[in-house]
Amino acid sequence: MHAVSSSKTEKAQDVNTQVQSHIVIRDLNVHIEGKHILKNINLDIPNHSVTSIIGPSGCGKTTLLKTLNRLLEDVSDVSISGSVLVNGEDIYAPDAEVTHLRKKMGLLSQKPFPLPMSIFDNIAYGPKIHGIKNKKKLQEIVETQLRNVGLWEEVKDRLDASATRLSIGQQQRLCLARGLAVEPEIILGDESTSALDPISTQTIENLLISLKDAYTIVLVTHILRQARRVSDYIIFVYNGEILEFGKTEDVLLRPKHEITRQYVKGFIS
Amino acid sequence: MNTIRLLKDKIVRNSSALLLFLSLSVVVFMGLGLVYKSWPLLESESLFRLLTEKIWSPMKGYFGFLPFIAGTLAVTTVALIIAVPLCILTAVYLTEYASKGLRNSILPLINVLAALPPVLYGVWGVLFVVPMIKEYIAPIFGVETSGYSVLAAGIVLAVMIFPIMISIIVEVLQTIPDELKAASLSLGATKWETIQHIILAKAKPGIIAATVLAISRAFGETIAVLMVCGNIPKIPTSIFDAGYPIPALIANNFGEMMSIPLYESALMFSALLLFAIIFLFNFIARIILNRLENKYNG
Repeated sequence: MHAVSSSKTEKAQDVNTQVQSHIVIRDLNVHIEGKHILKNINLDIPNHSVTSIIGPSGCGKTTLLKTLNRLLEDVSDVSISGSVLVNGEDIYAPDAEVTHLRKKMGLLSQKPFPLPMSIFDNIAYGPKIHGIKNKKKLQEIVETQLRNVGLWEEVKDRLDASATRLSIGQQQRLCLARGLAVEPEIILGDESTSALDPISTQTIENLLISLKDAYTIVLVTHILRQARRVSDYIIFVYNGEILEFGKTEDVLLRPKHEITRQYVKGFIS
Repeated sequence: MNTIRLLKDKIVRNSSALLLFLSLSVVVFMGLGLVYKSWPLLESESLFRLLTEKIWSPMKGYFGFLPFIAGTLAVTTVALIIAVPLCILTAVYLTEYASKGLRNSILPLINVLAALPPVLYGVWGVLFVVPMIKEYIAPIFGVETSGYSVLAAGIVLAVMIFPIMISIIVEVLQTIPDELKAASLSLGATKWETIQHIILAKAKPGIIAATVLAISRAFGETIAVLMVCGNIPKIPTSIFDAGYPIPALIANNFGEMMSIPLYESALMFSALLLFAIIFLFNFIARIILNRLENKYNG
Protein backbone atom coordinates (compact mmCIF):
# COMPACT_ATOMS: atom_id res chain seq x y z
CA MET A 1 0.00 0.00 0.00
CA HIS A 2 2.88 2.31 0.68
CA ALA A 3 4.85 1.36 -2.39
CA VAL A 4 6.11 4.21 -4.52
CA SER A 5 6.08 3.02 -8.07
CA SER A 6 4.12 4.88 -10.69
CA SER A 7 5.74 7.17 -13.20
CA LYS A 8 3.57 10.05 -12.05
CA THR A 9 5.20 9.92 -8.64
CA GLU A 10 8.61 10.28 -10.19
CA LYS A 11 7.41 13.30 -12.07
CA ALA A 12 6.01 14.76 -8.91
CA GLN A 13 9.27 14.20 -7.14
CA ASP A 14 11.21 15.88 -9.94
CA VAL A 15 9.56 19.11 -9.00
CA ASN A 16 10.56 18.79 -5.40
CA THR A 17 14.13 17.76 -5.56
CA GLN A 18 15.13 20.96 -3.84
CA VAL A 19 12.19 21.41 -1.50
CA GLN A 20 10.97 19.42 1.47
CA SER A 21 7.54 17.84 1.15
CA HIS A 22 5.05 18.44 3.92
CA ILE A 23 2.29 16.22 2.60
CA VAL A 24 3.03 13.08 0.64
CA ILE A 25 0.21 11.22 -1.10
CA ARG A 26 0.75 7.70 -2.40
CA ASP A 27 -1.59 5.62 -4.59
CA LEU A 28 -4.67 7.37 -3.30
CA ASN A 29 -7.96 6.12 -4.68
CA VAL A 30 -11.35 7.41 -3.59
CA HIS A 31 -14.72 5.94 -4.46
CA ILE A 32 -17.91 7.77 -3.50
CA GLU A 33 -21.16 5.83 -3.90
CA GLY A 34 -19.44 3.44 -6.28
CA LYS A 35 -17.96 6.16 -8.48
CA HIS A 36 -14.21 6.36 -8.89
CA ILE A 37 -13.62 10.01 -7.96
CA LEU A 38 -9.85 10.13 -7.41
CA LYS A 39 -7.61 7.80 -9.40
CA ASN A 40 -4.08 6.79 -8.35
CA ILE A 41 -3.07 10.10 -6.87
CA ASN A 42 0.63 10.49 -6.11
CA LEU A 43 1.72 13.87 -4.90
CA ASP A 44 4.34 15.67 -2.86
CA ILE A 45 3.13 19.00 -1.53
CA PRO A 46 6.07 21.24 -0.66
CA ASN A 47 6.61 22.87 2.71
CA HIS A 48 6.04 26.60 3.32
CA SER A 49 4.54 27.45 -0.02
CA VAL A 50 1.17 27.93 -1.65
CA THR A 51 -0.02 25.07 -3.83
CA SER A 52 -3.19 25.54 -5.87
CA ILE A 53 -5.39 22.74 -7.11
CA ILE A 54 -7.10 23.75 -10.35
CA GLY A 55 -9.29 21.92 -12.80
CA PRO A 56 -12.78 21.86 -14.34
CA SER A 57 -15.84 21.60 -12.06
CA GLY A 58 -16.52 18.12 -10.81
CA CYS A 59 -12.98 16.90 -11.49
CA GLY A 60 -12.33 15.99 -7.85
CA LYS A 61 -10.49 19.10 -6.63
CA THR A 62 -12.49 19.49 -3.43
CA THR A 63 -12.52 15.73 -2.79
CA LEU A 64 -8.73 15.77 -2.99
CA LEU A 65 -8.58 18.62 -0.49
CA LYS A 66 -10.98 16.90 1.89
CA THR A 67 -8.98 13.66 1.91
CA LEU A 68 -6.13 15.68 3.42
CA ASN A 69 -7.93 16.24 6.73
CA ARG A 70 -10.18 13.19 6.58
CA LEU A 71 -13.34 15.27 6.34
CA LEU A 72 -14.50 13.02 3.54
CA GLU A 73 -15.30 10.19 5.91
CA ASP A 74 -18.39 11.95 7.19
CA VAL A 75 -19.98 11.64 3.78
CA SER A 76 -21.76 8.33 3.52
CA ASP A 77 -20.53 5.47 1.35
CA VAL A 78 -16.92 6.50 0.82
CA SER A 79 -14.04 4.11 0.35
CA ILE A 80 -10.50 5.39 0.47
CA SER A 81 -7.32 3.43 -0.24
CA GLY A 82 -3.71 4.49 -0.36
CA SER A 83 -1.86 6.69 2.05
CA VAL A 84 -1.55 10.36 2.94
CA LEU A 85 1.57 11.17 4.95
CA VAL A 86 1.79 14.40 6.90
CA ASN A 87 5.28 14.88 8.33
CA GLY A 88 5.82 11.22 7.50
CA GLU A 89 2.82 10.01 9.52
CA ASP A 90 0.08 8.18 7.65
CA ILE A 91 -3.17 9.91 8.54
CA TYR A 92 -5.16 6.92 7.28
CA ALA A 93 -3.28 4.46 9.48
CA PRO A 94 -5.69 2.54 11.75
CA ASP A 95 -4.21 4.09 14.90
CA ALA A 96 -4.14 7.66 13.56
CA GLU A 97 -6.16 9.99 15.76
CA VAL A 98 -8.46 12.10 13.65
CA THR A 99 -8.90 15.05 16.03
CA HIS A 100 -5.14 15.37 16.40
CA LEU A 101 -4.47 15.48 12.68
CA ARG A 102 -7.35 17.84 11.95
CA LYS A 103 -5.92 20.23 14.50
CA LYS A 104 -2.84 20.42 12.32
CA MET A 105 -4.88 21.71 9.39
CA GLY A 106 -6.94 24.86 9.32
CA LEU A 107 -9.81 24.69 6.86
CA LEU A 108 -11.17 27.75 5.11
CA SER A 109 -14.39 26.85 3.34
CA GLN A 110 -16.15 28.36 0.32
CA LYS A 111 -18.43 30.56 2.31
CA PRO A 112 -17.63 31.77 5.81
CA PHE A 113 -19.42 29.69 8.44
CA PRO A 114 -19.01 31.51 11.75
CA LEU A 115 -19.91 29.32 14.72
CA PRO A 116 -23.18 30.30 16.46
CA MET A 117 -21.43 32.27 19.20
CA SER A 118 -19.67 35.56 19.82
CA ILE A 119 -16.64 36.84 17.89
CA PHE A 120 -14.43 36.10 20.89
CA ASP A 121 -15.76 32.57 21.33
CA ASN A 122 -15.36 31.81 17.64
CA ILE A 123 -11.60 32.16 18.05
CA ALA A 124 -11.45 30.73 21.58
CA TYR A 125 -13.52 27.65 20.68
CA GLY A 126 -10.61 25.66 19.20
CA PRO A 127 -8.06 26.41 21.94
CA LYS A 128 -10.73 25.68 24.60
CA ILE A 129 -11.45 22.26 23.12
CA HIS A 130 -7.77 21.48 23.20
CA GLY A 131 -7.63 22.24 26.88
CA ILE A 132 -6.69 25.90 27.29
CA LYS A 133 -8.85 27.15 30.16
CA ASN A 134 -6.85 30.17 31.34
CA LYS A 135 -8.85 33.31 30.53
CA LYS A 136 -5.84 35.54 30.05
CA LYS A 137 -4.21 33.06 27.73
CA LEU A 138 -7.41 32.83 25.68
CA GLN A 139 -7.63 36.62 25.45
CA GLU A 140 -4.07 36.68 24.21
CA ILE A 141 -4.77 34.08 21.54
CA VAL A 142 -7.89 35.91 20.38
CA GLU A 143 -6.07 39.22 20.09
CA THR A 144 -3.04 37.72 18.34
CA GLN A 145 -5.09 35.86 15.78
CA LEU A 146 -7.44 38.77 15.10
CA ARG A 147 -4.39 40.96 14.56
CA ASN A 148 -2.94 38.29 12.29
CA VAL A 149 -5.87 38.61 9.92
CA GLY A 150 -6.18 42.37 10.31
CA LEU A 151 -9.53 42.21 12.07
CA TRP A 152 -8.53 43.41 15.56
CA GLU A 153 -9.00 47.13 15.00
CA GLU A 154 -12.40 46.52 13.38
CA VAL A 155 -13.87 44.32 16.12
CA LYS A 156 -11.96 44.99 19.35
CA ASP A 157 -14.87 46.95 20.84
CA ARG A 158 -17.49 44.30 20.11
CA LEU A 159 -15.87 40.97 20.83
CA ASP A 160 -19.06 39.86 22.59
CA ALA A 161 -21.25 40.55 19.58
CA SER A 162 -22.53 37.70 17.45
CA ALA A 163 -20.12 36.75 14.68
CA THR A 164 -22.95 36.68 12.15
CA ARG A 165 -23.23 40.48 12.34
CA LEU A 166 -19.88 40.94 10.63
CA SER A 167 -19.71 41.56 6.89
CA ILE A 168 -19.04 38.49 4.80
CA GLY A 169 -15.44 39.51 4.16
CA GLN A 170 -14.85 40.05 7.87
CA GLN A 171 -16.48 36.70 8.57
CA GLN A 172 -14.07 34.93 6.24
CA ARG A 173 -11.11 36.56 7.96
CA LEU A 174 -12.61 35.55 11.30
CA CYS A 175 -12.83 31.97 10.06
CA LEU A 176 -9.18 32.12 9.03
CA ALA A 177 -8.22 33.45 12.47
CA ARG A 178 -10.32 30.70 14.06
CA GLY A 179 -8.36 28.10 12.13
CA LEU A 180 -5.02 29.69 13.03
CA ALA A 181 -5.90 29.74 16.73
CA VAL A 182 -5.36 25.97 17.08
CA GLU A 183 -1.82 26.45 15.71
CA PRO A 184 -2.05 24.33 12.60
CA GLU A 185 0.84 23.61 10.23
CA ILE A 186 -1.24 23.52 7.11
CA ILE A 187 -4.02 25.74 5.79
CA LEU A 188 -6.54 24.21 3.42
CA GLY A 189 -8.67 26.59 1.38
CA ASP A 190 -11.69 25.41 -0.60
CA GLU A 191 -12.46 28.20 -3.09
CA SER A 192 -12.24 30.44 -0.07
CA THR A 193 -12.83 33.69 -1.90
CA SER A 194 -15.66 32.62 -4.19
CA ALA A 195 -18.32 34.33 -2.04
CA LEU A 196 -16.33 37.51 -1.46
CA ASP A 197 -16.20 40.90 -3.13
CA PRO A 198 -12.98 41.89 -4.96
CA ILE A 199 -11.55 43.90 -2.06
CA SER A 200 -12.14 41.17 0.52
CA THR A 201 -10.74 38.66 -1.99
CA GLN A 202 -7.57 40.68 -2.25
CA THR A 203 -7.29 40.92 1.53
CA ILE A 204 -7.57 37.14 1.90
CA GLU A 205 -5.11 36.52 -0.94
CA ASN A 206 -2.55 38.86 0.62
CA LEU A 207 -3.07 37.20 3.99
CA LEU A 208 -2.45 33.77 2.53
CA ILE A 209 0.73 34.96 0.79
CA SER A 210 1.97 36.51 4.03
CA LEU A 211 1.20 33.30 5.94
CA LYS A 212 3.18 30.96 3.72
CA ASP A 213 6.41 31.59 5.58
CA ALA A 214 4.90 29.86 8.58
CA TYR A 215 2.40 27.47 6.99
CA THR A 216 1.99 25.09 4.11
CA ILE A 217 -1.01 26.26 2.15
CA VAL A 218 -3.16 24.19 -0.21
CA LEU A 219 -5.93 25.96 -2.09
CA VAL A 220 -8.66 24.77 -4.38
CA THR A 221 -9.57 27.48 -6.84
CA HIS A 222 -11.41 27.77 -10.11
CA ILE A 223 -10.00 31.22 -10.79
CA LEU A 224 -6.83 30.90 -12.84
CA ARG A 225 -5.78 34.48 -12.19
CA GLN A 226 -5.98 33.79 -8.47
CA ALA A 227 -3.87 30.66 -8.86
CA ARG A 228 -1.31 32.75 -10.75
CA ARG A 229 -1.36 35.52 -8.13
CA VAL A 230 -0.98 33.46 -5.00
CA SER A 231 0.54 30.09 -5.74
CA ASP A 232 4.06 28.77 -6.06
CA TYR A 233 2.90 25.41 -7.39
CA ILE A 234 -0.11 24.28 -9.35
CA ILE A 235 -1.79 20.90 -9.51
CA PHE A 236 -4.05 20.39 -12.51
CA VAL A 237 -6.70 17.75 -11.86
CA TYR A 238 -8.77 16.33 -14.69
CA ASN A 239 -11.33 13.53 -14.36
CA GLY A 240 -9.98 12.46 -11.00
CA GLU A 241 -6.38 12.25 -12.15
CA ILE A 242 -3.44 14.57 -11.71
CA LEU A 243 -2.49 15.57 -15.21
CA GLU A 244 0.11 18.09 -14.31
CA PHE A 245 1.98 19.32 -11.26
CA GLY A 246 4.71 21.92 -11.26
CA LYS A 247 5.82 25.46 -10.62
CA THR A 248 3.06 27.98 -11.32
CA GLU A 249 4.70 29.54 -14.35
CA ASP A 250 5.55 26.14 -15.83
CA VAL A 251 1.99 24.84 -15.63
CA LEU A 252 0.36 28.05 -16.78
CA LEU A 253 2.83 29.14 -19.45
CA ARG A 254 4.42 25.91 -20.59
CA PRO A 255 1.87 23.14 -19.96
CA LYS A 256 3.04 19.67 -20.96
CA HIS A 257 -0.41 18.28 -21.67
CA GLU A 258 -2.77 19.34 -24.41
CA ILE A 259 -5.74 19.27 -22.00
CA THR A 260 -3.93 21.52 -19.52
CA ARG A 261 -3.15 23.93 -22.36
CA GLN A 262 -6.81 24.01 -23.39
CA TYR A 263 -7.94 24.56 -19.79
CA VAL A 264 -5.46 27.34 -19.20
CA LYS A 265 -6.56 29.06 -22.40
CA GLY A 266 -10.18 28.81 -21.31
CA PHE A 267 -11.40 26.19 -23.78
CA ILE A 268 -12.54 23.81 -21.02
CA SER A 269 -14.22 24.97 -17.89
CA MET B 1 -59.40 38.70 -22.27
CA ASN B 2 -57.11 40.65 -20.01
CA THR B 3 -59.94 41.92 -17.85
CA ILE B 4 -61.07 38.35 -17.16
CA ARG B 5 -57.55 37.37 -16.10
CA LEU B 6 -57.28 40.37 -13.81
CA LEU B 7 -60.75 39.67 -12.41
CA LYS B 8 -59.76 36.08 -11.60
CA ASP B 9 -56.69 37.36 -9.85
CA LYS B 10 -58.81 39.71 -7.77
CA ILE B 11 -61.36 37.02 -6.89
CA VAL B 12 -58.69 34.61 -5.69
CA ARG B 13 -57.05 37.29 -3.61
CA ASN B 14 -60.24 38.46 -1.97
CA SER B 15 -61.70 35.04 -1.38
CA SER B 16 -58.53 33.74 0.25
CA ALA B 17 -58.46 36.81 2.49
CA LEU B 18 -62.08 36.10 3.41
CA LEU B 19 -61.28 32.48 4.24
CA LEU B 20 -58.39 33.56 6.42
CA PHE B 21 -60.69 35.96 8.24
CA LEU B 22 -63.33 33.24 8.69
CA SER B 23 -60.94 30.72 10.20
CA LEU B 24 -59.51 33.34 12.52
CA SER B 25 -62.96 34.45 13.60
CA VAL B 26 -63.80 30.87 14.62
CA VAL B 27 -61.11 31.14 17.28
CA VAL B 28 -62.40 34.51 18.40
CA PHE B 29 -65.98 33.27 18.59
CA MET B 30 -64.84 30.21 20.50
CA GLY B 31 -63.22 32.45 23.09
CA LEU B 32 -66.24 34.75 23.25
CA GLY B 33 -68.60 31.78 23.56
CA LEU B 34 -66.63 30.38 26.45
CA VAL B 35 -66.62 33.75 28.23
CA TYR B 36 -70.36 34.08 27.70
CA LYS B 37 -71.09 30.58 29.00
CA SER B 38 -68.84 30.93 32.04
CA TRP B 39 -70.25 34.34 32.90
CA PRO B 40 -72.77 33.09 35.51
CA LEU B 41 -69.92 31.54 37.52
CA LEU B 42 -67.76 34.64 37.14
CA GLU B 43 -70.66 36.74 38.44
CA SER B 44 -71.10 34.69 41.59
CA GLU B 45 -67.42 34.23 42.45
CA SER B 46 -64.40 36.42 41.99
CA LEU B 47 -61.85 35.32 39.39
CA PHE B 48 -59.10 35.35 42.01
CA ARG B 49 -61.07 33.03 44.29
CA LEU B 50 -61.83 30.62 41.45
CA LEU B 51 -58.17 30.35 40.56
CA THR B 52 -56.84 29.98 44.11
CA GLU B 53 -59.57 27.96 45.84
CA LYS B 54 -58.44 24.37 46.51
CA ILE B 55 -61.80 22.71 47.07
CA TRP B 56 -63.84 21.33 44.21
CA SER B 57 -67.26 20.28 45.37
CA PRO B 58 -69.95 21.40 42.95
CA MET B 59 -72.73 19.86 45.07
CA LYS B 60 -71.87 22.17 47.91
CA GLY B 61 -71.15 25.05 45.62
CA TYR B 62 -67.35 25.03 45.89
CA PHE B 63 -65.62 25.65 42.61
CA GLY B 64 -61.86 25.69 43.18
CA PHE B 65 -59.86 25.30 39.99
CA LEU B 66 -56.42 25.23 41.53
CA PRO B 67 -56.26 21.38 41.67
CA PHE B 68 -56.96 21.18 37.94
CA ILE B 69 -54.46 23.87 37.02
CA ALA B 70 -51.89 22.13 39.21
CA GLY B 71 -52.79 18.75 37.69
CA THR B 72 -52.41 20.06 34.15
CA LEU B 73 -49.07 21.68 34.89
CA ALA B 74 -47.75 18.67 36.83
CA VAL B 75 -48.63 16.13 34.16
CA THR B 76 -47.22 18.32 31.38
CA THR B 77 -44.02 19.03 33.29
CA VAL B 78 -43.38 15.34 33.98
CA ALA B 79 -44.02 14.56 30.30
CA LEU B 80 -41.54 17.24 29.21
CA ILE B 81 -38.82 16.17 31.62
CA ILE B 82 -39.04 12.70 30.12
CA ALA B 83 -39.58 13.66 26.49
CA VAL B 84 -37.27 16.61 25.80
CA PRO B 85 -33.88 14.98 26.49
CA LEU B 86 -34.93 11.68 24.93
CA CYS B 87 -36.23 13.34 21.79
CA ILE B 88 -33.16 15.54 21.38
CA LEU B 89 -30.82 12.58 21.72
CA THR B 90 -32.94 10.44 19.38
CA ALA B 91 -32.97 13.17 16.76
CA VAL B 92 -29.22 13.72 17.15
CA TYR B 93 -28.60 10.02 16.71
CA LEU B 94 -30.81 9.85 13.63
CA THR B 95 -29.22 12.85 11.91
CA GLU B 96 -25.60 12.60 13.01
CA TYR B 97 -24.78 8.97 13.65
CA ALA B 98 -27.33 6.67 12.00
CA SER B 99 -26.79 5.44 8.45
CA LYS B 100 -28.96 6.83 5.70
CA GLY B 101 -30.83 3.52 5.43
CA LEU B 102 -31.65 3.37 9.12
CA ARG B 103 -32.75 7.01 9.16
CA ASN B 104 -35.00 6.56 6.15
CA SER B 105 -36.68 3.50 7.63
CA ILE B 106 -37.12 4.87 11.17
CA LEU B 107 -38.61 8.28 10.31
CA PRO B 108 -41.76 6.93 8.58
CA LEU B 109 -42.22 4.57 11.53
CA ILE B 110 -42.15 7.53 13.90
CA ASN B 111 -44.82 9.22 11.81
CA VAL B 112 -47.01 6.12 12.20
CA LEU B 113 -46.65 6.51 15.97
CA ALA B 114 -48.02 10.04 15.62
CA ALA B 115 -51.07 8.71 13.81
CA LEU B 116 -52.06 6.15 16.47
CA PRO B 117 -55.32 7.17 18.19
CA PRO B 118 -54.83 8.44 21.77
CA VAL B 119 -57.11 5.78 23.23
CA LEU B 120 -54.52 3.15 22.27
CA TYR B 121 -51.92 4.99 24.30
CA GLY B 122 -54.41 5.11 27.14
CA VAL B 123 -54.95 1.35 26.99
CA TRP B 124 -51.19 0.80 26.94
CA GLY B 125 -50.94 3.07 29.97
CA VAL B 126 -53.59 1.16 31.94
CA LEU B 127 -52.25 -2.27 31.02
CA PHE B 128 -48.56 -1.56 31.31
CA VAL B 129 -47.51 1.79 32.82
CA VAL B 130 -49.93 1.87 35.76
CA PRO B 131 -49.06 -1.66 37.04
CA MET B 132 -45.36 -0.98 36.45
CA ILE B 133 -45.51 2.12 38.66
CA LYS B 134 -47.53 0.31 41.33
CA GLU B 135 -45.41 -2.85 41.43
CA TYR B 136 -41.91 -1.69 40.63
CA ILE B 137 -41.26 2.05 40.55
CA ALA B 138 -43.16 3.29 43.62
CA PRO B 139 -41.71 0.58 45.95
CA ILE B 140 -38.20 1.79 45.10
CA PHE B 141 -39.12 5.11 46.69
CA GLY B 142 -41.08 3.43 49.48
CA VAL B 143 -44.37 4.84 48.30
CA GLU B 144 -47.68 3.04 48.09
CA THR B 145 -49.84 4.03 45.15
CA SER B 146 -52.57 2.64 42.94
CA GLY B 147 -50.37 3.44 39.97
CA TYR B 148 -52.96 5.84 38.58
CA SER B 149 -50.87 8.93 39.03
CA VAL B 150 -49.26 12.06 37.66
CA LEU B 151 -46.24 9.93 36.76
CA ALA B 152 -48.34 7.48 34.75
CA ALA B 153 -50.02 10.31 32.88
CA GLY B 154 -46.65 11.99 32.31
CA ILE B 155 -45.11 8.83 30.87
CA VAL B 156 -48.04 8.17 28.56
CA LEU B 157 -48.08 11.79 27.47
CA ALA B 158 -44.31 11.80 26.90
CA VAL B 159 -44.59 8.79 24.62
CA MET B 160 -47.42 10.52 22.77
CA ILE B 161 -45.38 13.65 22.09
CA PHE B 162 -42.25 11.73 21.03
CA PRO B 163 -43.19 11.50 17.35
CA ILE B 164 -43.97 15.18 16.83
CA MET B 165 -40.89 16.33 18.76
CA ILE B 166 -38.53 13.89 17.11
CA SER B 167 -39.66 14.62 13.58
CA ILE B 168 -39.51 18.40 14.07
CA ILE B 169 -36.09 18.29 15.74
CA VAL B 170 -34.78 15.98 13.00
CA GLU B 171 -35.94 18.50 10.41
CA VAL B 172 -34.31 21.35 12.33
CA LEU B 173 -31.02 19.45 12.62
CA GLN B 174 -31.06 18.62 8.92
CA THR B 175 -31.12 22.33 8.05
CA ILE B 176 -27.76 22.90 9.76
CA PRO B 177 -25.17 23.21 7.01
CA ASP B 178 -22.54 20.46 6.77
CA GLU B 179 -19.90 23.16 6.37
CA LEU B 180 -20.65 24.45 9.86
CA LYS B 181 -20.07 20.99 11.29
CA ALA B 182 -16.95 20.68 9.14
CA ALA B 183 -15.71 24.00 10.55
CA SER B 184 -15.88 22.62 14.07
CA LEU B 185 -14.51 19.18 13.17
CA SER B 186 -11.60 20.67 11.27
CA LEU B 187 -10.54 22.52 14.42
CA GLY B 188 -10.02 19.11 15.95
CA ALA B 189 -13.32 18.92 17.83
CA THR B 190 -14.83 15.49 18.32
CA LYS B 191 -18.27 14.72 16.97
CA TRP B 192 -19.83 15.00 20.42
CA GLU B 193 -18.16 18.38 21.06
CA THR B 194 -19.48 19.54 17.72
CA ILE B 195 -22.98 18.35 18.58
CA GLN B 196 -22.87 19.92 22.03
CA HIS B 197 -21.40 23.32 21.22
CA ILE B 198 -22.35 23.91 17.60
CA ILE B 199 -25.26 21.81 16.41
CA LEU B 200 -27.44 22.08 19.52
CA ALA B 201 -26.62 25.78 19.92
CA LYS B 202 -27.61 26.46 16.34
CA ALA B 203 -30.73 24.32 16.66
CA LYS B 204 -31.84 25.85 19.96
CA PRO B 205 -34.66 28.02 18.54
CA GLY B 206 -35.95 25.06 16.54
CA ILE B 207 -35.81 22.77 19.54
CA ILE B 208 -37.75 25.30 21.60
CA ALA B 209 -40.33 25.63 18.83
CA ALA B 210 -40.71 21.84 18.75
CA THR B 211 -41.12 21.80 22.53
CA VAL B 212 -43.78 24.50 22.37
CA LEU B 213 -45.78 22.51 19.82
CA ALA B 214 -45.42 19.39 21.93
CA ILE B 215 -46.50 21.21 25.09
CA SER B 216 -49.55 22.64 23.37
CA ARG B 217 -50.47 19.12 22.38
CA ALA B 218 -49.77 17.86 25.90
CA PHE B 219 -51.94 20.51 27.56
CA GLY B 220 -54.93 19.46 25.53
CA GLU B 221 -54.47 15.70 25.45
CA THR B 222 -57.54 14.18 27.03
CA ILE B 223 -58.49 10.55 26.67
CA ALA B 224 -55.15 8.85 27.22
CA VAL B 225 -54.41 11.05 30.20
CA LEU B 226 -57.76 10.67 31.92
CA MET B 227 -57.46 6.88 31.64
CA VAL B 228 -54.32 6.79 33.79
CA CYS B 229 -54.15 9.98 35.86
CA GLY B 230 -56.45 8.94 38.69
CA ASN B 231 -58.93 11.82 38.40
CA ILE B 232 -58.94 13.01 41.99
CA PRO B 233 -59.49 16.76 42.35
CA LYS B 234 -56.67 17.42 44.81
CA ILE B 235 -53.42 19.23 44.33
CA PRO B 236 -50.83 16.50 43.72
CA THR B 237 -47.92 16.69 46.17
CA SER B 238 -45.80 13.98 44.57
CA ILE B 239 -45.61 12.38 41.15
CA PHE B 240 -47.15 9.24 42.67
CA ASP B 241 -50.31 11.13 43.65
CA ALA B 242 -53.32 11.12 41.40
CA GLY B 243 -53.90 14.25 39.38
CA TYR B 244 -56.80 15.75 37.50
CA PRO B 245 -55.92 17.86 34.45
CA ILE B 246 -58.45 20.29 32.96
CA PRO B 247 -59.25 18.36 29.74
CA ALA B 248 -60.04 15.27 31.82
CA LEU B 249 -62.37 17.35 34.00
CA ILE B 250 -64.33 18.50 30.99
CA ALA B 251 -64.46 15.11 29.30
CA ASN B 252 -65.45 13.25 32.47
CA ASN B 253 -68.25 15.56 33.50
CA PHE B 254 -69.69 17.19 30.43
CA GLY B 255 -73.27 16.20 29.88
CA GLU B 256 -73.68 14.88 33.41
CA MET B 257 -75.15 16.57 36.44
CA MET B 258 -76.11 19.61 34.46
CA SER B 259 -78.96 20.16 36.92
CA ILE B 260 -76.61 21.56 39.52
CA PRO B 261 -76.63 25.32 39.23
CA LEU B 262 -73.42 26.82 37.90
CA TYR B 263 -71.98 23.39 37.07
CA GLU B 264 -72.16 23.83 33.33
CA SER B 265 -70.82 27.29 33.73
CA ALA B 266 -67.91 25.95 35.79
CA LEU B 267 -66.99 23.42 33.11
CA MET B 268 -67.10 26.19 30.51
CA PHE B 269 -64.86 28.26 32.70
CA SER B 270 -62.36 25.39 32.89
CA ALA B 271 -62.38 25.24 29.07
CA LEU B 272 -61.77 28.98 29.00
CA LEU B 273 -58.91 28.47 31.42
CA LEU B 274 -57.29 25.88 29.15
CA PHE B 275 -57.78 28.21 26.21
CA ALA B 276 -56.08 31.03 28.11
CA ILE B 277 -53.19 28.87 29.35
CA ILE B 278 -52.38 27.68 25.83
CA PHE B 279 -52.61 31.21 24.42
CA LEU B 280 -50.44 32.66 27.13
CA PHE B 281 -47.93 29.89 26.78
CA ASN B 282 -47.58 30.28 23.02
CA PHE B 283 -47.27 34.02 23.44
CA ILE B 284 -44.40 33.67 25.92
CA ALA B 285 -42.72 31.07 23.72
CA ARG B 286 -42.93 33.44 20.75
CA ILE B 287 -41.16 36.16 22.71
CA ILE B 288 -38.38 33.79 23.81
CA LEU B 289 -37.94 32.55 20.25
CA ASN B 290 -37.70 36.05 18.84
CA ARG B 291 -35.03 36.91 21.38
CA LEU B 292 -33.02 33.78 20.57
CA GLU B 293 -33.28 34.31 16.84
CA ASN B 294 -32.11 37.89 17.18
CA LYS B 295 -29.18 36.90 19.31
CA TYR B 296 -27.19 34.89 16.79
CA ASN B 297 -28.89 35.43 13.48
CA GLY B 298 -29.22 39.17 13.49
